[in-house]
Amino acid sequence: MKNKLIAAPYLVWMVVFILVPLIMVGYFAFTDKEGNFTLDYVADVAQYSQIFVRSIWLAAIATVICLVISYPLAYILTGFSKNTQSTMLMIVMLPMWMNFLLRTYAWMTMLGNNGIINTILGFIGLGPFKMLNTEGAVVLGMVYNYLPYMILPIYSVMVKIDKSVIEAASDLGCNPWKTILRVVFPLSLPGVMSGITMVFVPAISTFIISRMLGGGGNLLIGDLIEMQFLGNAYNVNLGAAISLVLMVIILLIMTIMNQFDNDDGAVLL
Amino acid sequence: MAVLMCGSMFTGCSSETDAVEEEEETEVQTLTVADEEYYKRFYDDGISINVYNWGEYISDGSDEGTLNVNAEFTKLTGIKVNYTNYATNEELYAKLKGGGASYDIIIPSDYMISRMIKEEMILPLDMNNIPNYKYIGEAYKNQAFDPENEYSVPYFWGTVGIIYDTTLIEEENIDWDILWNEDYADRILMFDNPRDAFAIAELRLGYSLNTEDEKELEAAAELLKEQKKVVQAYVMDEIFDKMGAGEALIAPYYAGDAVTLMAEYEDLGFVIPESGTNLFIDGICIPKGAKQKEAAEMYINFLCEPDIAYSNTYYVGYSTPNTAAYEMLDEETKNDGISYLPDEYLMSNTTVFRNLSDEANQKMQDLWTELKSTQDQTKNKWIVPVFMLACVILSITILIMRYIKKKKDIF
Repeated sequence: MKNKLIAAPYLVWMVVFILVPLIMVGYFAFTDKEGNFTLDYVADVAQYSQIFVRSIWLAAIATVICLVISYPLAYILTGFSKNTQSTMLMIVMLPMWMNFLLRTYAWMTMLGNNGIINTILGFIGLGPFKMLNTEGAVVLGMVYNYLPYMILPIYSVMVKIDKSVIEAASDLGCNPWKTILRVVFPLSLPGVMSGITMVFVPAISTFIISRMLGGGGNLLIGDLIEMQFLGNAYNVNLGAAISLVLMVIILLIMTIMNQFDNDDGAVLL
Repeated sequence: MAVLMCGSMFTGCSSETDAVEEEEETEVQTLTVADEEYYKRFYDDGISINVYNWGEYISDGSDEGTLNVNAEFTKLTGIKVNYTNYATNEELYAKLKGGGASYDIIIPSDYMISRMIKEEMILPLDMNNIPNYKYIGEAYKNQAFDPENEYSVPYFWGTVGIIYDTTLIEEENIDWDILWNEDYADRILMFDNPRDAFAIAELRLGYSLNTEDEKELEAAAELLKEQKKVVQAYVMDEIFDKMGAGEALIAPYYAGDAVTLMAEYEDLGFVIPESGTNLFIDGICIPKGAKQKEAAEMYINFLCEPDIAYSNTYYVGYSTPNTAAYEMLDEETKNDGISYLPDEYLMSNTTVFRNLSDEANQKMQDLWTELKSTQDQTKNKWIVPVFMLACVILSITILIMRYIKKKKDIF
């Protein structure tokens, strides 16, 4: 009873700021401007399938890159002493203290034709390369901004893995690579899964990164939704419909991903 | 229109100390109002008004010798000003439409004013409370967006032209077609909003800037699609950085911002094409639901005070419709050929935006989305196949893992 009372403020928060907005998104998606039921807007989303595919594609690439960078890093981190670990974690977190927009803006000046990177390359006699306003720049922006969200969950799961399990594995004749593959990796999967979720979901719905680094010519779903609300047509219903479809797609992808998680969890148990 | 998407500028208290320091060098502007009694009506009532304006669109006294408009207003009338910013007309519209916010003063542009009049989102003004309306030039009154001058008082106006790098572009008679010139491929910037972007295409095609004809809109979109190959990026306020850093060579933008930009970077030039352009007028309005309508009208009147309008013009860099403030400007500004244009040109070669029908707006938005989402076909070829392959691999892996799990369960 006491626990429930403590949870009450959070419950109210959830209802007011998560549940009600979700219901409103659903309501707007299935009604027209006069408030009558219609499937038109949801059906209209089909014409933007290309944008959906591109967004999922770019977000997936960014997630994979994040994972490839973060996993070894998190593993190496756990090997350090406690003090070094907290210092290293601090360094990972440090960029997050700065404003998200500012960090992305900094990349804009770095990647430009007259930016720092091209200037340095120019001294060696290379370039200039077109880096800004490309899909690559968008992926870079996603990786840079969301990397900590991948490192932290993987690290926090890995640090809890009992060292004796690893010792037991090597005692029983497992070589280091096999230990990682057969013992550490399965045990760290929950962290990997939440890392993937925490990177993929914001990456797929971002709009400011694609606008600043993609030059506005690489529309992503986030941009598309934003345009429905802040564009010249002010089509709230279509915006809600696109958001809803996006949510369903993310839900689907996450369910597929969780399949791995559950299966492996069961195997281990 | 918005200069910089910077944070809200509250009535800064530093202005007075600044003014004192600058006193030796520049003449400090002092405020004189014609009818002080008029402004004292609410002095002791302790009321406040909510002003919602574009970023960097009012003098905050940071320029040498100018006035901090909001602070002066509070000092004179005792009315507190809560000042906040928006970046686009559409943002303003969405905010008002969404409800939940109450403003007493908003400053939308022409086409947004007519849209708001149509949708009954703004209130008619009581001109008896705005005696300074007499200072507004005749050329800016009776415009199509507010034919009876009932709803808005012009605040600033301006035109759209082309900013270019004078060191690298030597062409004379620059016209809109330079934005399609392949010699400058990947060094051209373009508006990141459909209304302004379509207007440039429509100017090239010789259509009306207010066309609602589907065929004409499609033709304009086709022209913009053709342009996409040479466009480096679609931007708004980023133009300042990109043009300043030499990232891009050519960009269309608003005259007032071009003045600011050119003051900072000497190599940049600005031209308003002979063939014609869009003339925009931002007007001060009172939205429906305003709690302090009379105080808001007092604020509008205050903005029309010659001294205040002059300070704002000096700071903002856009063109003022206030004839008394115009007279106060120096000859150089009056004749720069950017901010103030000959009447004949304004009358015959410029068009003011009107609100489009919902259908035309939607059509334009759809065409714009299509334009911005189409890519080089070569790139496209791989996305879908690879994506499908990934899906197939994923599902096979899941099946295999389930199979393994089942097998393990058996033993």
